Amino acid sequence: MNRLQKLFSEKKSNLLSIYFTAGYPSLNDTATIIEALQDSGVDFIEIGLPFSDPIADGPTIQQSSEIALENGMHTTLLFDQIKDIRKTVSTPLLIMGYINPIIQFGLEKFCQTCHQIGIDGVILPDLPMQEYLESYKSTFDKYGICNIFLITPVSSTERIQWIDENSNGFIYMVSSAGTTGARAGVSDEQSSYFEKIQKLNLKNPTIVGFGISDKNGYEKACLNANGAIIGSAFIKMLSGSTNLKSDIADFIKGIKS
Amino acid sequence: MTQYSVDERGYYGSFGGAYIPEMLYPNVEELRQKYLEIINDPSFKEELDQLLKDYVGRPTPLFLAQRLSAHYKTNIYLKREDLNHTGAHKINNTLGQIILAKRLGKTRIIAETGAGQHGVATATACALMGMQCIVYMGEIDIKRQAPNVYRMKLMGAEVRPATCGSKTLKDATNEAMRDWISNPVDTHYIIGSVVGPHPFPDMVARFQSVISEEMKWQLKEKTGNEDPTHIIACVGGGSNAAGAFYHYLNKPKVKLVAAEAAGQGISTGHSAATTFLGKTGVLHGSKTLLMQTDDGQITEPYSISAGLDYPGIGPIHAHLFETSRAQFIAITDQQALDAAVMLSRMEGIIPALETAHAVAALDYLELQESDVVVINLSGRGDKDLQTFINSGII
Repeated sequence: MNRLQKLFSEKKSNLLSIYFTAGYPSLNDTATIIEALQDSGVDFIEIGLPFSDPIADGPTIQQSSEIALENGMHTTLLFDQIKDIRKTVSTPLLIMGYINPIIQFGLEKFCQTCHQIGIDGVILPDLPMQEYLESYKSTFDKYGICNIFLITPVSSTERIQWIDENSNGFIYMVSSAGTTGARAGVSDEQSSYFEKIQKLNLKNPTIVGFGISDKNGYEKACLNANGAIIGSAFIKMLSGSTNLKSDIADFIKGIKS
Repeated sequence: MTQYSVDERGYYGSFGGAYIPEMLYPNVEELRQKYLEIINDPSFKEELDQLLKDYVGRPTPLFLAQRLSAHYKTNIYLKREDLNHTGAHKINNTLGQIILAKRLGKTRIIAETGAGQHGVATATACALMGMQCIVYMGEIDIKRQAPNVYRMKLMGAEVRPATCGSKTLKDATNEAMRDWISNPVDTHYIIGSVVGPHPFPDMVARFQSVISEEMKWQLKEKTGNEDPTHIIACVGGGSNAAGAFYHYLNKPKVKLVAAEAAGQGISTGHSAATTFLGKTGVLHGSKTLLMQTDDGQITEPYSISAGLDYPGIGPIHAHLFETSRAQFIAITDQQALDAAVMLSRMEGIIPALETAHAVAALDYLELQESDVVVINLSGRGDKDLQTFINSGII
């Protein structure tokens, strides 16, 4: 059982996760942001590995990815920046990105490095379950890395159950049809989708992401799921930040208070 | 025997697949389940064939280029896709896909375009069918290809700029995919080449296969043999090449030649020669050869011809390359320009700059007097007039 699985066995509700893009706003902010998120009581953290063509992301994360790449972020550098992170951080950590940079880095080497550093899971939206099971799962399993899969309002019940069956961390519930990015609140239609999923009694915890931007969205998501993920809204805050530590603390306080 | 068509899992050898976010799964899965049934339906074939005949002007001629043949001391035929309505082969695919979209109950069409040829072909099909049409185009390409933007608008399409990344074709493709993610029910995405998640590469290849289907009987009529010795086509994503090769893939005696854009030269850093410079990776839903950094970031390709300016090739072509079924030749900007002038002056046919790469490949082949070479003349060169003028060759 890794940190992520341990977290879900101990805490069942109101989980809060934050996504940020590594290398943004400045190249070497990675460890500072992770530590500040831990200090402010976030339950788990998604470190975005930037990609040149992020098709599942909206404008905010497209821009943060573009700037991070311009700043010089790449896979080897990210691992170097966080190689000692477990000396100060015990919060579960995931890497979220796209499959191509991982193929180029080498799948085995990637999983091995994640294991050595203490990365607990990965989220790769363009690696679908079928491909994962056929060609990737055995390597992720060998190094104890959870691979997190998405479900959406248009996923069939049968497919959701199949994804649940083959998942071992949590289920990432995409809140509505669309890419990442802040949307205005959580609609009634979305709430009924959340309720539908809750009634399926999945074996994995469910965390809602995409379009959750504030306290209200977080609380609504938590009514029918185990927690929520905030990404774009956090990145927008970072873009205007002059003091990362205190601004991050204030942002999280604003969600959780 | 090596298989060149797509397998049940959506792969050509080790290339292809459907690497898509879960949000796109229902759309792509619906297509996968239904596309063969729909396009093999006799009433579908009838509707498409009628349009290809009466609206597009098919069959396109197979023309014996006598002066060009004499120059190369062989027999060279030109498959005149440039004579299609809208001036290129692209319309074969957009008409097929729009009829398919209607039968799937879709009411809204999206497409990506680089130079604007596929955008124009999509806008044309949408105007014909009375469907809403949104074309994504890189902000830089919108400026570079203004006449095509106005053609699309004139036919009622909305042209939306892709303002992120390199602001060219790959970014327009990203934007189209994001649109499809956000509009999963009413929208069909008409991809313009043999790229994207399965079943798009196979579907687009099937719609373009009309090119080699006609070649077979036209060659039989003209030479007594339906098989040529060589087929030459240019490859960006590779839709015209896929169509020209399609019915000859399993005839090893027919040499398949793919002309890629070397740009300013393969090793100059300004090139789009994917098989020479690319590595296996995943982009826009399929595993294929891609131009990228060591770190897996997709790089911006360069070619004088915007239609070859794509950082990957369709998975079918990656497979043809890997199995050596097709010979890949990299043609520089200058070679393409020279070939365009040659064809213009020898045959009175101004080819698109993309197509000129295929013509230039003739110089690399050791042709015999008895050989029968077909060049797929994929598009006409009117759109490239300004580039010809700027290059100083006129």
